[in-house]
Amino acid sequence: MSRSVRVLACAALSAALIGAAACGGGTSEEPAAPAATAPVTNPVDPATAGNITGKVTLEGTPPANPSINMASDPYCMNLGPASTPVFVVSEGGLENVFVYVKDGLGSLKFPVPSTPVVLDQKNCAYTPRVFGIQVGQSLDIVNSDETLHNIHAMPAANREFNRGQALKGLKYTTTFTAPEVMLPFKCDVHKWMSAWVGVLEHPFYSVSGKAGAFSLNGLPPGTYTIEAWHEQLGTQTQEVTIGAKESKEISFVFKI
Amino acid sequence: MLHLFAVLVASATALLIFAGGLVTSTESGLSVPDWPNTYGYFMFSFPLDKMVGGIFYEHSHRLIASTVGFLITVLAVWLWRSEPRPWVRRLGYVALGAVVTQGILGGITVLWFLPDPISIAHASLAQIVFCLTTTIALATSPGWKRAYATSGPVPGETARDDRMLQRVAVVTTALIYLQIVVGATMRHTGAGLAIPDFPLMLGHIIPPHWDPKIAIHFAHRVGAVVVSVAILAATGHVLYHHRGRRELFRPSLLLLALLTVQITLGALTVLSQKHYVINSLHVVTGAAVLATSLVLTLRAHRPRFTQAVDPDGSARQPADGVLPVAIHRSPLGPAGDHA
Repeated sequence: MSRSVRVLACAALSAALIGAAACGGGTSEEPAAPAATAPVTNPVDPATAGNITGKVTLEGTPPANPSINMASDPYCMNLGPASTPVFVVSEGGLENVFVYVKDGLGSLKFPVPSTPVVLDQKNCAYTPRVFGIQVGQSLDIVNSDETLHNIHAMPAANREFNRGQALKGLKYTTTFTAPEVMLPFKCDVHKWMSAWVGVLEHPFYSVSGKAGAFSLNGLPPGTYTIEAWHEQLGTQTQEVTIGAKESKEISFVFKI
Repeated sequence: MLHLFAVLVASATALLIFAGGLVTSTESGLSVPDWPNTYGYFMFSFPLDKMVGGIFYEHSHRLIASTVGFLITVLAVWLWRSEPRPWVRRLGYVALGAVVTQGILGGITVLWFLPDPISIAHASLAQIVFCLTTTIALATSPGWKRAYATSGPVPGETARDDRMLQRVAVVTTALIYLQIVVGATMRHTGAGLAIPDFPLMLGHIIPPHWDPKIAIHFAHRVGAVVVSVAILAATGHVLYHHRGRRELFRPSLLLLALLTVQITLGALTVLSQKHYVINSLHVVTGAAVLATSLVLTLRAHRPRFTQAVDPDGSARQPADGVLPVAIHRSPLGPAGDHA
């Protein structure tokens, strides 16, 4: 073979493999079992605890939620027309907004709930779409559909995972090791499926429901930074001070 | 027969590249989380009715890849058993090693959640595998074996050792490959629409602001211009100096046609917001441009290989109409004079 052709071939092969040689790597480890949490006492004195309640509203007319083409999976398509619930407005309030204490709890440590949070893959959608969980708390991911799903977590501070659930009734349990707001999930089989979880070291979070209502209960007296997160409208924050046994009402207004 | 099988293998490799393009274009790379199994099933027993959504693209890609791997294995064994030329046999071994490496890279990139370096290496090595199978198909062809002795209508227009053409063709092929690697980098880093307009770039001839993705995208567009110039130089040289040599003339015309199609597809990829079919056609047409340029390069180098071989594969003295390179010169003078 001519020398110049050989040189060309070698150079090309080297270029193709150089990335592989230089790459770092992830891990395909199985998810760790829920970490054993050292027992801690809830530092909140019920006698002085207060509450923050409120409402999230949307100013302006939201665009129509994008319709979903489910033709790529006959099972999903047979469920009927659907749209991505980006803007869910009920009774003037905006749903699916994650509201949480971003700052103000200092070094307080809170016990990890023993009850798992459940993320269901049902009717080719995630239920719930937005939710919260504590670091170390179990997350049960369930497939309730007669079709396959993969659950692909794409964190920034936690460990990425991608699990396949080929059969109805399969459950995968995992935990998160670091706080992260928000941590997205997606299904690569069904591109329209997305969900977000807020991972926190404390239990003071809420997702706005009907009429955009939310509540953060059992907070110790203090001054807090409260943040509201919406998947498309971003975040807003407020400073709130509550005294002993005090309840305060706040509101977040997102504008389109 | 071996040549036809080699052509089949090269064609299957092109199909595999198209299927790989579909996986990337539909963002289906992680729709099958496990490897080498598929959702716990042995790959070949995965039920067809479960190939839904992104699984259709990813699992089809794996099935085609396995088929290509099998075909290349057969090809390598066939060459080992029947090919007298050591360098052709070695090409078979290298192709086998490359396709195995390619499969492992494909598995790793899934298990590691598509890290850019691995995915880019996977895309780049795919082109190498295609080039290897194309080269084997060419080397086993009757025309190559007889050193294109009857290709030119003009006596003496066969197998001239044109150093200028050889250099230009090698540079062109190298530039095309480099351009494909830049394109793969653009695809896998999500820079395909970093410059969303065409032919202008962010409304200007030169992008008015920069970030890494814009730079990668810009490099791919500049690369397209450079590659186009190189292809025009190589094909222009053939059309001017070797119009009578069909083994050079035909790939040159094909190269020009493919270049036109490829630039059109590139523009349409941007203007269609990366429609997955157009995007994938752009990928496989890029591979076709590379392979065609490689064929032109190898044919230009044909006089520098050993003498012609008989149809049964055994080496023999120069075929009729093929003069030894040392005494065969262009009517224009020594080939190097073109420089």
